[in-house]
Amino acid sequence: MTSHAGASSAADMRSTVKGNGASDAEALLDVQNLRKYFPLHGGVLGRSVEQVRAVDGVSFRLQRGETLGLVGESGCGKSTTGRAILHLIQPTGGRVFFDGEDLKKLDRAQFRAFRRRAQIVFQDPFGSLNPRMTVGSMLAEVLKVHGLGETGVERSVRVHELLEMVGLHTDHASRYPHEFSGGQRQRIGIARALAVEPEFIVCDEPVSALDVSVQAQVINLLRDLQRDLGLSYLFIAHDLAIVEYMSDRVAVMYLGKIVEMATAQALYESPRHPYTRALLSAAPRRDPKAGPVRERIRLSGDVPSPIRPPLGCPFYARCPHPGKDEECRGVAPVLEEKAPSHLAACCKNPMPADGA
Amino acid sequence: MPLLEVTDLRTYFTTDAGVARAVDGVSLQVGPGETLGIVGESGCGKTVTALSVLGLIPSPPGEIVSGSSIRFNDEELLEVKPARLREIRGNEISMIFQEPMTSLNPVLTVGHQIEEVLRLHRGLSKRKARAAGVALLAEVGIPEPDERFDAYPHQMSGGMLQRVMIAIALSCEPRLLIADEPTTALDVTIQAQILDLLVSLQRRHGMALLLITHDLGVIAEVCDRVVVMYGGQIVETGTTEEILTRPEHPYTQGLLASLPGIGDRDVRLNPIPGTVPSAVDWPEGCRFRDRCSFAWERCAELAPDLLPVDGGSSRSARCWLVHPEESSIGPAGEPA
Repeated sequence: MTSHAGASSAADMRSTVKGNGASDAEALLDVQNLRKYFPLHGGVLGRSVEQVRAVDGVSFRLQRGETLGLVGESGCGKSTTGRAILHLIQPTGGRVFFDGEDLKKLDRAQFRAFRRRAQIVFQDPFGSLNPRMTVGSMLAEVLKVHGLGETGVERSVRVHELLEMVGLHTDHASRYPHEFSGGQRQRIGIARALAVEPEFIVCDEPVSALDVSVQAQVINLLRDLQRDLGLSYLFIAHDLAIVEYMSDRVAVMYLGKIVEMATAQALYESPRHPYTRALLSAAPRRDPKAGPVRERIRLSGDVPSPIRPPLGCPFYARCPHPGKDEECRGVAPVLEEKAPSHLAACCKNPMPADGA
Repeated sequence: MPLLEVTDLRTYFTTDAGVARAVDGVSLQVGPGETLGIVGESGCGKTVTALSVLGLIPSPPGEIVSGSSIRFNDEELLEVKPARLREIRGNEISMIFQEPMTSLNPVLTVGHQIEEVLRLHRGLSKRKARAAGVALLAEVGIPEPDERFDAYPHQMSGGMLQRVMIAIALSCEPRLLIADEPTTALDVTIQAQILDLLVSLQRRHGMALLLITHDLGVIAEVCDRVVVMYGGQIVETGTTEEILTRPEHPYTQGLLASLPGIGDRDVRLNPIPGTVPSAVDWPEGCRFRDRCSFAWERCAELAPDLLPVDGGSSRSARCWLVHPEESSIGPAGEPA
């Protein structure tokens, strides 16, 4: 699985960042300068007065069979990014190429075909399942809508196949969502995504609502399915350890922007952006064998408002970097290559390793 | 003498499906100034244990079964008068919850809510209460406490609100603070701030802390001793280091194996199979046996007791494997 990590060469990533307007034929997904602004309404007339810049210029590529992890704290725009890529919400700007095709230029039939190839698994497995449909009829409906399976019998054979694929029993088909535990419901959510034989799945916090012991089951399942079916994942989560475990490459988001992107190993071993450093040092250590407690980098304050984001570096106000200065405050840093395949949006050298 | 001593606590709920034995024979002690962590997954009974201590179990449908005992500072909480319980709750035992947003009244300023506690429990005048309230906000690290005092909850972030909740909980200088998943709803950088704050306040005030969480990472950061709960019972106790590095119970081992560690990318996770059973219908014998890879006939026939490990006082486990002399009926040596 890790072999895919090397597929995205440094040159690929650089051209992605600059957004050269053309798509990379190799990449399954090519996101260029994606933006999503939500209007805020105010006043007596309810006119749009301001905008929340939820996603503000996100670019990356995803290779076939690769997992890109997307981490960040609540409100950083990671879920909105996932939804805007799938056009579940219309992006405000930017382009998304899937398998070389610009999604904006697809006609209805082609877009429907895209919907089959790209799926999403949500955080809340219960909220995303229809409580009045049995699991079997729900899955069969997905197949029918997409014209998969000629007859009801064919579809029910496929439903059983899907249930077994995600580790459920075939007799679960006649049950309703409330009869399942959280972990089982997430398996159903995964089965539903898999029903249309997608190539790409956005996993939006797929295990955050689950208990620890069940989390691991679902993670194993996602990894097995990727290996067996050659899936590509955009894995969105706030849990750093799980993202590291799942991802070939990881992108860190802050205030609607990617501030650092690198292979999982490089990002966790030598983070270059002060925010990534702080995020990693703040995560509770679960592994007592991991050595002495790292010096925690304390971030003061909260994330600034995405309504009027700061002019310069979005992280300026909370940045613990000893060398931060007027340049940081005034000029927004560009996401650029700091080491081979390692991008960061910080105009200073990495902070000293001891976290001073 | 322990500050809090819970003995054989049983809290049952009557439901449509039958009697849910949410907490089923829990005994634990918290010493003055000590931090005890209760860790377990949803439905293990950790929150109900805390609510029972505070006398916050709604009855009906809830009931603390006779034979249970909760002694605080040598006073039996299950027998005191409601007025005395209210006095203890707030003055001597405080609690903070997972959702600071839903614990505060949205139509009152945070200052008003802090003042209310100070005037009610400490009998301060309005002016003195305001001064004390602002000082508390400053102590929990809220910038510009004087202005923030007049803010409404929706004007503050989750991390700030949790600080307000901590300020309210501390306002009467309790001897025991119960924190139920205090950082679960917060982001990691904010979680780190709140945990630091709890630890420093605890040291400064010499307060005991009972921390309830599902996150072993939080336990590792904060606690001296840990109680692991499963199926309404304690399955293992020990110091934080013992629990995290040398877990005895297969459930604790499974919990730790479920977490990916640094550099574990190429290792397959080893999760606990199955799901948590229902409190209405705990399995006979060992409650973990359906999910345990070491279980054998004995585990189905007889429920193991929580027994000391290696004769130590702090370390105990509820498992036939750990007490071979008790489990000689089973196939010897094969598991483990």
